[in-house]
Amino acid sequence: MERNVTLTFSEEQAELLEVAQNFCRDKSPVPTVRKLIEDDLGYDPAVWEEMVALGWLGIAVPEEFGGVGLSMAEVVPVVEQMSRRLMGGPFVPATLAAQALIAGGTEKQKSAILPEICAGKVATLALTEPHADWNLTHIEAKAVEEGGKLKLSGTKIFVVDAASAEWIVASVSKDGAPALVIIEKSTLPEGALRREVVADETRRSFRLELDGVTVPADALLDVSRAKETLDHIDLAASLLLSAEACGAAASCVDYTVEYLQTRKQFGKLIGSYQSLKHPTVDALVAYEMARSHLYNAACTFGQQGEGEIAVRMAKSEASDALSFAADRAIQFHGGFGFTYECDAQLYRRRSMWCEYLHGDGPYQRAKLADLLF
Amino acid sequence: MSDVSQKELDEFRAGARAWFAENVPSEPDFMLPLTFMEVGTQEQFDFLRDWQRKCYEAGYLGAAWPKEYGGGGLAQAFQDVATQEMHRAGGPIMLNAIGINWAGPLILDMGSEEQRKAYIKGILSAEDIWCQGFSEPDHGSDLGNAQTRAVRDGDDYVINGSKIWTTQGNYAKYMILLARTDPDAPRKYDGLSFFLAPMTVPGVETVPIKKLTGEYGFTQTFFTDARIPATSLIGGEGKGWAVAMRTLEYERGARGGQAGGYVTVYPDVGEVVELAKRALRNGHPACEDPIIRDKLVKLLATYRGLQLNGKRSRIAPLVQDKPMSLPLSSKLIATEFYREINQLAMAMQGPRGAYYVGEPEAYDEGIWQRSYLNAFSGTIGGGTSQIQHNIIGEHVLGLPKS
Repeated sequence: MERNVTLTFSEEQAELLEVAQNFCRDKSPVPTVRKLIEDDLGYDPAVWEEMVALGWLGIAVPEEFGGVGLSMAEVVPVVEQMSRRLMGGPFVPATLAAQALIAGGTEKQKSAILPEICAGKVATLALTEPHADWNLTHIEAKAVEEGGKLKLSGTKIFVVDAASAEWIVASVSKDGAPALVIIEKSTLPEGALRREVVADETRRSFRLELDGVTVPADALLDVSRAKETLDHIDLAASLLLSAEACGAAASCVDYTVEYLQTRKQFGKLIGSYQSLKHPTVDALVAYEMARSHLYNAACTFGQQGEGEIAVRMAKSEASDALSFAADRAIQFHGGFGFTYECDAQLYRRRSMWCEYLHGDGPYQRAKLADLLF
Repeated sequence: MSDVSQKELDEFRAGARAWFAENVPSEPDFMLPLTFMEVGTQEQFDFLRDWQRKCYEAGYLGAAWPKEYGGGGLAQAFQDVATQEMHRAGGPIMLNAIGINWAGPLILDMGSEEQRKAYIKGILSAEDIWCQGFSEPDHGSDLGNAQTRAVRDGDDYVINGSKIWTTQGNYAKYMILLARTDPDAPRKYDGLSFFLAPMTVPGVETVPIKKLTGEYGFTQTFFTDARIPATSLIGGEGKGWAVAMRTLEYERGARGGQAGGYVTVYPDVGEVVELAKRALRNGHPACEDPIIRDKLVKLLATYRGLQLNGKRSRIAPLVQDKPMSLPLSSKLIATEFYREINQLAMAMQGPRGAYYVGEPEAYDEGIWQRSYLNAFSGTIGGGTSQIQHNIIGEHVLGLPKS
């Protein structure tokens, strides 16, 4: 039980952290975040191009497919800093779609699509279904072979940034077993995608109707690796959601502290009241703890056993930490906290995304209990 | 001392591992204290003093303290290895906690040459036990208001007043003492001075305090016209607050320089998991209860998080926003964790949770109940968890003073 836990931080991680910190601070001040909430696309294509030019889309993609050849560990600081500035945009779905292809794609699919993703073309994933079971192998959507093609049916939800995507990697059940298929978005019938209303307004999420969608037979990822690919995506997504939760928690705490340092009631700065000070410290302590788990999960990602434990702990700690920090942020801003103008709601809405996708704290802890005892 | 080779460290580790395997004493027929605050009987004291002396003489305590004062003169990395091996071998705690963790580093940092020569070796060998005289009966969290008086008289200071919660006070030869030299100073802090005070002079009386567990470990110390030499002053007259704050930085883990070893044995969380497998709840092992599982994993995450916080605090780019956040919060997290895990362990035992040490039917000789009650020494001593919240809020987040 008393493992010797590891936390290492590579030079590449340090470099990316610094660059991403400055980049995201400059490109995504809160007024920009709020402006993009009103925008259909949800992100600034010019900023996206800069991120592509920085090589970020290929961080965890092997060099032979046009990437940088690092790993998910190096993606973590970038995603953390993006979320610290509440940035939207398809970076996370594109990174995860690339991971799906790396883990389970055929050589042909990898050579065709990975270099395009590295160059800024967007891909996304369609894994969740209306039954909303976090278990990604619970798949009701179907793929049936018909005339050398695959006829799809069923419904997917939380297809993030589908509008900007060229490709959608969807999970389906084929011959009673999980499988993954690549759908070229241009082949979707009219009306197959509907934008969903999600609490985190910086996100663009879509419902995808698969009935009537047909893909060629070679759109299928390696079926023999479908299950492990889904497991890999689940952990990779949880890792990045943990990074997002940590980034947002850091700025959420700072935002609350700033108010506590300036707002006066009864002639005193409200931060001097222990009923506000102590829970704010609890939020800080929980965030710091979550961040240590996050970087532990980053540096052990992919390791058999230990890697999964670390990711699930990070997800559990980070999503709980952000939800607590943001919940208290609203409360401690008093009447102003109840307004749309107060940024506390931005953090609380983001926390709903980070907490409820890919398993909340209790779900992760139940999984961990199975792994640990 | 960054040029320590891995080879040297590996050799040192092998030596330490062999030594501890050979020398860790077998369990005595009495219960050993799990923390330095629980030393309540002479046989416990003698046992632990002997163990610390052996570790020191073997070169595994104070290995990184300067050679000229009695230390090993090696790089810190060697002491870290020695401490890890001590842990691995499951050795008992170091007895002279105040000496090796707070008084020693303080004397090395701020003491005179004479003071270093006089005290450091005795701290490491446990020949000279040290205690801490900060809290008073009427001034605990409000330390800056301490009222014990120190009046200069020739080459002496004359001490009057009382200190409380003096861990190992009845065994101590010296006390790090915070006392008021100037009751008229406009700022209460400026009236304080800090002494390395002998406990063996006339006029010092220690009275054991019976703890909530029914055991001993602390004393109240009474000073009645006790004369201590003026040379025991450290940091200068009226500068006691700064010295006390420095000492608290060692105590709260915000500043390094400790001699090494450990002074508290935390429960192996694995033992709590084992207990959850043994204890029954409605016909099933407690570890199958979803709520117990959730709480247990949450505590395991905290336990790991503490270790990870320690590692992250040494990675500069990952602590640049609030460098003092991790060091200043470790005391709060660790002591609350210790309390909570013992509490959960009790709660899993069904009706046996209500047993106590001495009852043969109690799980694990009632150690969980006793440890839970003792855990409050951590969440109260050295600044309560509530004061820790204030410290973190004010010093890390920059919130206004309460």
